[in-house]
Amino acid sequence: MRLPRVDRTARQIASKIIEAEGSHMNVTKIGAMALVGAGLVFAAQPAGAQQKSITVSSWGGAFQKAQREAWFNLVEKELGITVKEDTTSGIADIRTQVASGKPTWDLSTQGAYTCALLQKEGKLEKIDDAIINDPGVPAELKSSHWISQIVYSTAIGWRTKAFGDKKPTGWAAFWDTKNFPGQRSMRKHPLYNLEAALIADGVPMDKLYPLDADRAFKKLAQVKPHVLVWWSSGAQSAQVLQDGEVDMTQAWNGRIQAAMAEKEGKGGKLDITFDQQMLVSDCWLMPKGAPNKELAMKALAIMMRPEVNARISLFINYAPSNLKGFDAAVIPPEKLPDLPNSPQNKGKGFVMSVDWWVENSDEMVKRFDAFLQQ
Amino acid sequence: MTTDAAPAIAHRPAGDEALNAGRYKTARRLEELALGGLALPALLLIGLIALAPNLWLCWLSFYGPNGFTLAYYERLLHPNYMLTLKTTFELSFLVTGICMALGYPLAYLIAQSSQRMASLLLLLVMFPVWTSLLVRCYAWLVLLQRRGLINTWLGDAGIIETPLRLVHNFTGTTIGMVHIMLPFMVLPLYAAMRAISPDYMRAAANLGASPIKAFWQVFVPLSLPGLVAGVIIVFVLCLGFYVTPALLGGGRVMMWSMQIERTVTYHSDWGAASALGVVLLVMTLLILWLVGRLVGFERIMGSR
Repeated sequence: MRLPRVDRTARQIASKIIEAEGSHMNVTKIGAMALVGAGLVFAAQPAGAQQKSITVSSWGGAFQKAQREAWFNLVEKELGITVKEDTTSGIADIRTQVASGKPTWDLSTQGAYTCALLQKEGKLEKIDDAIINDPGVPAELKSSHWISQIVYSTAIGWRTKAFGDKKPTGWAAFWDTKNFPGQRSMRKHPLYNLEAALIADGVPMDKLYPLDADRAFKKLAQVKPHVLVWWSSGAQSAQVLQDGEVDMTQAWNGRIQAAMAEKEGKGGKLDITFDQQMLVSDCWLMPKGAPNKELAMKALAIMMRPEVNARISLFINYAPSNLKGFDAAVIPPEKLPDLPNSPQNKGKGFVMSVDWWVENSDEMVKRFDAFLQQ
Repeated sequence: MTTDAAPAIAHRPAGDEALNAGRYKTARRLEELALGGLALPALLLIGLIALAPNLWLCWLSFYGPNGFTLAYYERLLHPNYMLTLKTTFELSFLVTGICMALGYPLAYLIAQSSQRMASLLLLLVMFPVWTSLLVRCYAWLVLLQRRGLINTWLGDAGIIETPLRLVHNFTGTTIGMVHIMLPFMVLPLYAAMRAISPDYMRAAANLGASPIKAFWQVFVPLSLPGLVAGVIIVFVLCLGFYVTPALLGGGRVMMWSMQIERTVTYHSDWGAASALGVVLLVMTLLILWLVGRLVGFERIMGSR
């Protein structure tokens, strides 16, 4: 009988439901607490004085909780304001708010690609030069209208049992089904896949952009027969590895590391390499016409300070975008090997170009969909 | 009412007759209005929650940034969509076919069983319908995957050496969808079969037909309306399927509904997504019309 397996998957589904409900509860709780807190502060203020506030939105769940602990609490203390929270599900929220002419958010967390796209559409406020000019944040991780807040990477994860002593050290190994036989999993989206294919085909990491799409798709066709699952969610990318359904996967570092920390599944022990990793980021943006522009800019300046920015790694497995944060002695040294852009890992990969994808994403998605179906 | 009035009219002068006919007409119209009034809430509801959004969808698919446009439909000529259309129809035909092959004998068995047995079997058929679709798909994943129950058992028993590829492909999607669709085939079939009087079969036997001949020439034609109803329900539901292919298809089984989702999430293109929706709706209506022409709706919907 193999019932423990069923039990494990059932438990995972249950824990996902609990996680979803839990995060919902947390948001409500935080909201309620913020409300009570605001009420108390308001009551304590002399008559006529008004408690100032800004509203920020983010992904909710564990990440937003970490943002609250790492950043929002500090901002509230230092500026004497309230940071109200909301959750976002992506680009459509910002587009709708700006189109309405009266956005309710002052700052929002989005993927860097979304930030770049919204800037191109003219839906963002300019960020203060003083914040943008901080040399600690690499130029690829910011623009005049947005700045990255955290960094993660797309890397290679595998089941150690599948390859014995051999360790894949990059995308060439991902394509090498002779030395690393077994099933693969990749994202159901051209993003990451085109870059991986070109690197596997011998293009140096610093000469990738503009991407040679023809060459990339040709190379992708070689690995296609070995890709069992084209994943469409981060959870799925880790699940197929844990279940032993595939032997090697391309996934976000946080997902693989979380799976490594969990009890071993059918797939046995897992490992990750940062070799030839693709660094991506989440950014802060300010919707055009934000209600508390000046105050929010002050808050942003605090959150982007190296020693504050780095605090995020204390609460969740994400890395700071301000590299000076690694000098600020906030992050414990034993945590550094797990962070994709720590001094020892940073040089192993490259930063993905959001600009190229903003220009070419539509066409590439169409081409990729056709490629998948052929 | 009409039968009472008819002989009386014959004895009256011509003028009276015309007057009476006029009265009759008004009465009839009033009755129609009253009946229409009773149906009004339902009509309004349908108009509001079904018709209006569909019309809006239709409008969105023709209305671009510069007014009227056919660009959203021209886009569908891309080979991408042709491939997706092919997959959608292939999968829908296959699933409907398998459901027919599995569902007919099952419905026959239930229809021939005693009342108590039939209730029990029907309960078993209905049971999956009451379970969440998502849970059922994940359950199939647990059963079918490389280290899943089926492959482990077959491997342990020495029947297979390398695991069978049962999921993350067309096969897995078909298995999952057949499981979900089967009740929709069995229920109308069972209803049609239950309504067939056993006397017909006895009469056929009495006239010298062998059991097999009686079954093919008497029972099957009489059960046809149920079969057609089942086929339509299953096929139409298959055309719009999303969850099962997404979870069990390994990302490579691309259905029409997934193209709609991708158009909205990756391209934020509501016009194009609307066009995809309109095409799916038109295809469904076309199929219904075709079946209606071939078999006749009265036979399917109102045979009894």
